[in-house]
Amino acid sequence: MNKDCTSPFDVLVVGGGPAGMAAAMRAAECGMNVGIVDDNARLGGQIWRAAVSSDSHDKEAAKWQSLFGAASVTTLCGKRVFHQSEPGVLWAEGSDDLIALRYKNLILATGARERFLPFPGWTLPNVMGAGGLQAMVKSGLPIAGKSVVVAGTGPLLLAVAAYLRQQGAAIPIVCEQAPWSALLRFAGSLVKWPAKIAQTFRLKKEMAGTPFVANSWPVAAQGQGAIESVTISRGGSLETIPCDYLACGFHLVANIELPSLLGCEIRGGYVNVDEFQQTSLPGIFCAGEPTGIGGVEVSLVEGEIAGLAGAGAKSQAQRLFKKRAKLRNFAGALDRAFALRSELRSLASPQTLICRCEDVSYARVEEHTSWRSAKLHTRCGMGPCQGRICGPVTEFLFQWSPESVRPPIFPSRLKSLGAATAKAPEPVVVTRSSVKPRPLGMGM
Amino acid sequence: MPMPSAVTLTVNGAEVSVPQGATVAAAVAMAGQPCRVSVSGSPRGPLCGMGICFECRVRIDGRSHCRSCQILCEPGMDVKTDE
Repeated sequence: MNKDCTSPFDVLVVGGGPAGMAAAMRAAECGMNVGIVDDNARLGGQIWRAAVSSDSHDKEAAKWQSLFGAASVTTLCGKRVFHQSEPGVLWAEGSDDLIALRYKNLILATGARERFLPFPGWTLPNVMGAGGLQAMVKSGLPIAGKSVVVAGTGPLLLAVAAYLRQQGAAIPIVCEQAPWSALLRFAGSLVKWPAKIAQTFRLKKEMAGTPFVANSWPVAAQGQGAIESVTISRGGSLETIPCDYLACGFHLVANIELPSLLGCEIRGGYVNVDEFQQTSLPGIFCAGEPTGIGGVEVSLVEGEIAGLAGAGAKSQAQRLFKKRAKLRNFAGALDRAFALRSELRSLASPQTLICRCEDVSYARVEEHTSWRSAKLHTRCGMGPCQGRICGPVTEFLFQWSPESVRPPIFPSRLKSLGAATAKAPEPVVVTRSSVKPRPLGMGM
Repeated sequence: MPMPSAVTLTVNGAEVSVPQGATVAAAVAMAGQPCRVSVSGSPRGPLCGMGICFECRVRIDGRSHCRSCQILCEPGMDVKTDE
């Protein structure tokens, strides 16, 4: 397992969620020397994030985990890619180390993050993303006996509510901003994807007794030091509900920072790929959510195609095209069903913060006519998240588009930046940790 | 399945025990603390839970700006939320 990172990987995969794992596994099966690097402490991405104390067992995750385990892949967890010094050399930083990752072919499987929208009180502690709170609970946050309002939009809300309830939380309400008409159309279209229907029925059973309301969204969170209650708009009237947490996310935004940095063509917020998942740059592939938000099934098949194509096994990749086409239609159905309503643009008050890193208010951002101008004059988007939270906010509120991405794409230590940007990179010490990933989706 | 063994660390000097595999963000929440204070002085806790938003950053063993949601607890860790 001790491979020298100074010799290039045939295929390097960035991102260890379902798409990345499938890509790495398929490329390794073709006999390639494959590496996978991920920012998180373990593989699995957000959806297969291992639970600290749970005997719940995701069969799909377990199946892929065992397939991945059988393949020979160098796994580097807790390493964050922040820079490419020259084509074929990515730099990643861990808590104590710096690694130069050399590659022949690259597969970007950088996933997605939740979209957050500002409303008064959204910066209070215990107002979290829906996926964010789920991740925290899986990472050891005790939730039994707590009251959690789940709100926002997208299929994640029900899944999160069901998970939290299973962990002993009380869920007084699940608020979905989309209108019933859009949800019913979406439900009707599920007939094309039988696996999704089964999931929906399972969730419905698990959610029995929890009110799910459409046309409903949070308008304000209140509390001293942390959230104590949330006011929601429901069918045109306001209602205040006491709670310990608000789990609130407005569907997903693709993580396209690294593809953008490398120069991959971006269209409509997504990485543009050909039928082999290859980006506009030869030898650089992209799979999963960065090519369009479509969920775990399409991410897996895109990952497989990218892994096979990246390993040169094109005819094997072609055999998966039909499956992918069917699943990709689901992505389109998701976008239509959970489109954001315009009322959400008027939730923020003049004092509501838009940029949480630099504490820039709506009133200050609103004075500007572009993302660049707001950045230069107010520091909006200039904090450590580098606009990952407020960028999508201003995109929705003001239709601003982000400017080009510059390195480093994550805040990095000066020492790392120095080494990564030096003309002739000094040899670096490669610290190898967690070569074999831990089991996913089950207690440890 | 056996209960996961506990890890003990300190958050602002107070001992907290968490299950093995828990993140520092979970430990800070169990200690009842916000993770940081914003530039205009308001308390903040984790938002995204996946290392993107940087709201959960804390000081661990003297090292600043650690994203607590991405770091697993280790015995004897000294976590400070004074940033």
